[in-house]
Amino acid sequence: MSTEQKHSLHPGEWQDSAPGDEPEDSPGHWIRSYLIGLGFATALTIASFWIAAAHPIWGPALPVALIVLAIAQMGVHLVFFLHVTTGPDNTNNVLALAFGVLVVGLVVLGSIWIMDHLSQNMTAYQMPPM
Amino acid sequence: MSVVDFPASREAIRRRREDPDRAGQGGHGPSEPVAGTGHGASGPASKRIIVGYGFWIFLLSDIVMFSCFFATFAVLRNATAGGPTIREIIDIPRVEWETACLLLSSFTCGLSFAATNARNLLWTQVFLIVTGLLGLAFVLLELQEFVDLANRGIVPQRSGFLTAFFSLVGTHGLHVTVGGLWLATMLAQVQVKGFRREIVHRLICFNLFWHALDIVWVGIFTIVYLLGSIA
Repeated sequence: MSTEQKHSLHPGEWQDSAPGDEPEDSPGHWIRSYLIGLGFATALTIASFWIAAAHPIWGPALPVALIVLAIAQMGVHLVFFLHVTTGPDNTNNVLALAFGVLVVGLVVLGSIWIMDHLSQNMTAYQMPPM
Repeated sequence: MSVVDFPASREAIRRRREDPDRAGQGGHGPSEPVAGTGHGASGPASKRIIVGYGFWIFLLSDIVMFSCFFATFAVLRNATAGGPTIREIIDIPRVEWETACLLLSSFTCGLSFAATNARNLLWTQVFLIVTGLLGLAFVLLELQEFVDLANRGIVPQRSGFLTAFFSLVGTHGLHVTVGGLWLATMLAQVQVKGFRREIVHRLICFNLFWHALDIVWVGIFTIVYLLGSIA
């Protein structure tokens, strides 16, 4: 997706390929991107499993640490594997992604919030002895 | 395609670039117009970008569907109905192997795409096959997990928590399985038809799909397995 960027127009020069023509690209920068991504993702994965197994930090902070690591790894995947960039050919992709994240956040956090309240209220309802 | 591409859009780019006052160019967007990105006055986006965008929208809708399963799981996590709890059903070493398989397969899938960009048939196929085998290993590990659990009487019908667990993890496994079938057809298509434009577009979409599956798996191994192991 982001290869088009390399073929942007420089002043005084017209690009030869028509829209839709795939550039015959040297694989170098792709492989570098995937290697960096693999490195980061491996490090974050190992950190996650290690934290969950060894409990190196204060107990109640563990879930937060794990979720932060997961979000970081998703970011690594997006940038280095899916090549979501800030380039001009990616504006629409980024906007769609932002909307997707919004919906996912509403669904997950909203469900947890509402159902938590519901279950608290239900419990209170059952508590008083007859 | 030797169509002199979109003279009108070229004209627009030239006019915009040569405008000494840079009128109408705010702080947003690229400072230089880029041909074929569909951005601003630069003309229609290239087919490659449109295909990628359309498939990206599908993937996001798929992720929204997964978020519903995640929400269900989070809500029903403690609804064990006297049955096994999350801690009792997870096996972290197996999850480590599954994670390694899927992460490596994502990497090899990327390498096959790099080979596609270099129009190298052999390496495209080799890395696609490696990707498929790693995906197969993942699916088999997950199948083994489900069979083990079923042998211990741990089935989706047992409790709300187990229904949520099996549907979340199972839906992801189903996606990997379907992705594997897609991969097999791509192997055949690349072999028979070569790097035609539409074949390359399909490879792009397959790549996006496979990487997105890995992103979902990051959520699953964190939310289900790791948070479950410290619960």
